[in-house]
Amino acid sequence: MFAKIITKPGTALNNKTGSWRTGKKPKFLHKNCTGCRSCYLLCPEGCISGSKKSYDTDYEYCKGCGICVKVCPVKDIEMIDE
Amino acid sequence: MKQFLEGAVAIARTVAMCKPAVIAAYPITPQTHIVEELANLIAAKKLNAEFVNVESEHSAASCVLGASAAGVRVYSSTSSQGLLLMAEVLFNIAGMRLPVVMCCVNRAVSAPINIWNDQQDIVTVRDAGIILLFAEDIQEACDLHIQAFKIAEDKDIMLPVIVNIDGFILSHGFEPVEFPAQDLVDKFVSNYEAPYKLDVDNPMTFGPLSGPEYYLETRYAMQKTMENEVMKKIQAVADDFTKNFGRKSFGFIEKYKTDDAETIFVSMGSICGTIKESVDDLRNQGEKVGLVRVITYRPFPSKILVNSLNNAKKICVIDKSISLGLNGILFTEISAAFYSNNNGKNFPKISGYVSGLGGRDVSKEEIIDIFKQNKDVETEFLGVNKENIGSYI
Ligand code: SF4
Ligand code: SF4
Repeated sequence: MFAKIITKPGTALNNKTGSWRTGKKPKFLHKNCTGCRSCYLLCPEGCISGSKKSYDTDYEYCKGCGICVKVCPVKDIEMIDE
Repeated sequence: MKQFLEGAVAIARTVAMCKPAVIAAYPITPQTHIVEELANLIAAKKLNAEFVNVESEHSAASCVLGASAAGVRVYSSTSSQGLLLMAEVLFNIAGMRLPVVMCCVNRAVSAPINIWNDQQDIVTVRDAGIILLFAEDIQEACDLHIQAFKIAEDKDIMLPVIVNIDGFILSHGFEPVEFPAQDLVDKFVSNYEAPYKLDVDNPMTFGPLSGPEYYLETRYAMQKTMENEVMKKIQAVADDFTKNFGRKSFGFIEKYKTDDAETIFVSMGSICGTIKESVDDLRNQGEKVGLVRVITYRPFPSKILVNSLNNAKKICVIDKSISLGLNGILFTEISAAFYSNNNGKNFPKISGYVSGLGGRDVSKEEIIDIFKQNKDVETEFLGVNKENIGSYI
């Protein structure tokens, strides 16, 4: 007898994990962004996407850790209440 | 053809006949000669396998885990502290349902450091989901290795198997060993085709995070596999082995002169040779004595044991391991088997003896003494030397 011990790729697409966030989430202001991509590179969830001078996060995966807010050199991201 | 060989060498040559593709192991006394001989066979191009040198037993087990997940037949062997270092990975191997075959050359566990034989090492991982077999002599150790691959790799089983042999007594002892013809082994242990494997064209993740909604069923499935498929397969494979190789293989247990026995010894491993001689001596004196030798320890053949012991008046379990603070391991499990199979009523008196720890010799006289004294004990240590106790220095 066997039980589920193996997974196929792509399971993260089916299992949304944004609900794990507790209370706060980042808001991308789109005012002073220089396109440095620090937020995009350092988000531990890899859920920030965008191009040129416009980036956004995917709230279905963002954990609200605030790293993007901390690393943005021009304070173009801020933490807001859910 | 019979060859007079050291146990470790005989086992290595038997494993080579089963053609594993990847072998990884780390040297540890008294196991080293097995992998040393396998390395020799690979170097001499008599075995076409990859031998991976690793820096620890944790890595050895991880290496065969990975190779098994990649879909090939694998082998490793270890002992004592090495097995303990592997423990984490052994649970992973079983949980990932990978048919790794290993030999554990049973040895005492530190501290104090001791390289000699008892069976304390393997019982520490008895709950991992590994099929555990115990050999009495070198021939049986070889025969069980051949069967181990067939059992582990069965598509309905897919669980690791560890063949246990008593350190030094079997690993370094010499015996005439019968080797089967290669084509017979090839037919018996056919090529391994993994039902699932790591494959770049069809990617999968083995052993991923499994939350409370999935984990319980993984253990349920392993337990049911042990209870049903493994219980069926072990006897079938043993019978098949007996038929094909012309040498008796018992499967779960061996009954020695038990038919009319009023007192029956129970034990496992090489000590059973000594017990058989003691039984013979006692029989010559007209005593009705026998031995039940446990070969398959996991899955534990409770019903089979109870049926084979039920007509005795007295059972003497001789353990080479102990759960400190409780009893000898076999004693506990045999008692539990009787309790659950007979509703706690009407079963023979069971006495438990702990013997041979750290390589202490167990003599025929001591075994005969157990019979003669006919004590009711749970955890009686054999051969305690009073001079060695009382002071910590
Ligand atoms: S809060 Fe954390 S997880 Fe969410 S977007 Fe920013 S860095 Fe990524
Ligand atoms: S870190 Fe700030 S400036 Fe840099 S890309 Fe992200 S939002 Fe724009």
